Amino acid sequence: MSFMFTVSPDFTPDHLSGWYIFNTWIQRQTDTAIHLEMYNDFQSQREAIDKDQIDLIYANPFDAAMLVRERGFQPLVKATGESDEAIIAVNAKNPVEDVAHLNEGVKIAFTEDPDVKMMGMIMLEPGDLDASNITPVLSDTYVLVAKHLLKGEADAGIFLAEAYDGLSSMIKKQLRVLVRSQISVIHHSLMIGPKLLDKKDQFQQVLVDMKADEKGQGVLKSLGFNSWEKVDNDEMEFMIDLMDTLNT
Amino acid sequence: MIHDMKVEDIVGDYKEVSLDLYQSISRKVLYTELETPYPDGKLIVSTTTPEGIITHVNQSFVEMSGFNEEELIGAPHSILRHPDMPPAAFKDLWDTVGRGEKWQGFVKNLRKDGGYYWVKATVIPNVRNGKLVAYTSVRRKPSRTKVEECIKLYPTLF
Repeated sequence: MSFMFTVSPDFTPDHLSGWYIFNTWIQRQTDTAIHLEMYNDFQSQREAIDKDQIDLIYANPFDAAMLVRERGFQPLVKATGESDEAIIAVNAKNPVEDVAHLNEGVKIAFTEDPDVKMMGMIMLEPGDLDASNITPVLSDTYVLVAKHLLKGEADAGIFLAEAYDGLSSMIKKQLRVLVRSQISVIHHSLMIGPKLLDKKDQFQQVLVDMKADEKGQGVLKSLGFNSWEKVDNDEMEFMIDLMDTLNT
Repeated sequence: MIHDMKVEDIVGDYKEVSLDLYQSISRKVLYTELETPYPDGKLIVSTTTPEGIITHVNQSFVEMSGFNEEELIGAPHSILRHPDMPPAAFKDLWDTVGRGEKWQGFVKNLRKDGGYYWVKATVIPNVRNGKLVAYTSVRRKPSRTKVEECIKLYPTLF
């Protein structure tokens, strides 16, 4: 029997091959047949989750809540030192210096990335902005969010901080950060589904030990991580509660 | 434990008032007109027991409240209670979370140095296996318009 692994579609494109390498590595280490399926968008991934097709997932914090509460998933690990942060940026020529100076009807570019959009919208609240009074400019990728700003098609953009930092210096020079979140406790997690739960301890141990293994280190590097650290159910529940408080 | 505020901790001119807190505790509060602006992009996070005793705070909580972590853990959350906040607001908070629902509101919080800061607060009950085990509160930067509305509204609620 083969199990299905997937990665939240907000992964950094540079790490695509890294996830395939990781999938090969984890199959060997756990002696489990796993197929990696990368979805292009959140909706198609969500459909697969709804059909109970997914057994292992590197999930964004927004989906983590649903996976635990509705689908019986449990957390395994998170990448050490990594957290999800958002940025609100504008064209460098835009005189606005504070989100409070953005007016109703402002054109905001963002992607479908649910937790980043949520954090971004929270950072717009001090300017009395919410979903009801902005003009959304939905973009497929963060590079396109940047392009919308450069072309003047959007007044402000919401970025995953990691994605913003990864933009070319040429693009970044033409943009300016208004706000960068410093939340620290919201993160992606590798999670295991009901059909694989009997192997949870084995998977968790293999992942935590990964940094001590020479090959494992190389695989981690291809994902842009230093190591994995264990996430227990209590920590995950805390993050879910936190997401619940923010998602209003 | 909650203590009276001390003159030596206060920065600037202050007023003094005795505040009746939850469970008939009275506290001497010294407060000033100095506002600390809420920092952009940060969240203040804390967890309390079902009785409102603080069990966890994050670094932003420490920075904004002016207390250190040791002073906060074990203290009732009402250590932040500002005399300008109408008791009705907190009654609404406790009634709402007591029903297992999420509460949201704009709150003027008291700092250790007598100053204040406005927040948009969300409190949710943490239920594990059907049992209430804690409350989590997250504060974020409020809209200035909403704060101005509260500055007008709250004095009418006493």
